[in-house]
Amino acid sequence: VPAVRQPPRFGSALRALLRKELLVELRTLESVPGMSLFAVSVFVVFHFALNRASIDGDLAAGVLLVTLLLASLLGINRLFVADAEQGGFDGFLLAPVNPTALLAAKALALIGYLLVLELVAVPAFALLLLGTSLWPALPGVIGVLALADLGVATTGTLVSTLAVRTRARDLLGPLLALPLLIPVVIGSSSAISPLLAVHPPALGAWLSGSAARWLVLLALYDLVFGLIVYAVFDFLLED
Amino acid sequence: VASSRRHPATLALATCLTLSLALALVFFYAPIEAQEGFLQKIFYLHVPLAIITLCGFVCGGLMGIQHLRTRDDRWDLRSYVAIHMSLIFGVAALITGSIWAKGSWGHWWVWNEPTLVSFLIIMLLYATYQPLRFAIEDRERQARYASVFAITAGAFVPMNFIAVRLTPSYVHPRVLSSSSNLPASMGFTFVVSLIAMTLLFITLWQYEIRAKQARFALRALRARLGAAEGRSARPGSERAWVTGPGLVEGPPPKQPAAEALST
Repeated sequence: VPAVRQPPRFGSALRALLRKELLVELRTLESVPGMSLFAVSVFVVFHFALNRASIDGDLAAGVLLVTLLLASLLGINRLFVADAEQGGFDGFLLAPVNPTALLAAKALALIGYLLVLELVAVPAFALLLLGTSLWPALPGVIGVLALADLGVATTGTLVSTLAVRTRARDLLGPLLALPLLIPVVIGSSSAISPLLAVHPPALGAWLSGSAARWLVLLALYDLVFGLIVYAVFDFLLED
Repeated sequence: VASSRRHPATLALATCLTLSLALALVFFYAPIEAQEGFLQKIFYLHVPLAIITLCGFVCGGLMGIQHLRTRDDRWDLRSYVAIHMSLIFGVAALITGSIWAKGSWGHWWVWNEPTLVSFLIIMLLYATYQPLRFAIEDRERQARYASVFAITAGAFVPMNFIAVRLTPSYVHPRVLSSSSNLPASMGFTFVVSLIAMTLLFITLWQYEIRAKQARFALRALRARLGAAEGRSARPGSERAWVTGPGLVEGPPPKQPAAEALST
């Protein structure tokens, strides 16, 4: 009697898929360097467009968040391109693996890209444009960006899957992603802007102030969109 | 669905009567508002339009769920038409809202009105529904992806309203935001207008579905005629919308998707 091989468990499938994603990115370096370079270029563009040597408060939060959002759109657009062009989808469909593993692996890979992007872009922003010191704001900024990354990664994975097998993929990705990500922009820029002011509040005062509301909004967004994307993702991978 | 076979003439008649009644109430029964004067009457048009638009979007999402559950293409058609109609109603709501804002606040667009801003974001999102749909060649995948979009965007509607409402600069006294703080005569007129607008939406929705089904049936007949005459035309897969799934003959046609569902 031939031995029947059990389909891989969710955890091992997820590990294998995530490893593949990161390995492909490490070997091709297609997304992350481009995203980081793009972010630094956008800071330079903002410097000339605003004609300001240094910015703080609302403006600083807006510039940082918009730059990160635009740079993440580049990553979102490229997330499934290799799978669509080089048969990755077909290979995945042939394997007896839960589609949610692919969703989780792609979202985790995107979070990884976003973290590297922020490791480059946030210090570059502090050096090039920010008028105040970043150090006192850093824990708060990290917390807000972590929640924002989660939302961008889940929504971005969905948008990327929707757009990648259409004729106008480069156009549709950003068109779909921008309105969907506006709540993330509202939440994170409103939360960060007091921290980047000339006289930032202490972290405790910031948390007990208006920031709590924005963090709850971001967490709610992550939860709602996480559930939606989890529910609909299987339907995108049927052929 | 029974309504798609029955001619919706009764419904159309009811819509005409209710709309006339609503307009009569707006102009001859509802009192002139003290602060804004005659201009306030646009409220009876604008607010129902906006409410119906958002309800239509959410209904489109619910029909998308039904399509993914049953794989019945008719649910996809219903979802598509609901979103298409909502887009038209939404443009009308944006225009009437702009006129109202210009009249009462002096600007065509005001950023500190959260409902207006949320509405614009939602319209921007739904404006990508048709480009997404028609950029997918495969008929079956087109329906599936459109349903996924409809569900996601339908859930985004309330989420977006919460986010924009929270913004502190937008917290300002609401101008006639609900019928609860209206005088009875205004409240009655508003409710009648809302019913009239709902009926108008449902009527137009049914008529568009019937028009599409008739066009698909005609196209399928033409294709059969062509096949019978020995030409190379093949029956179109859009027949599924008329006859239901499982009755489609032959492979899907090699025609651009935009043609399959153009308005």
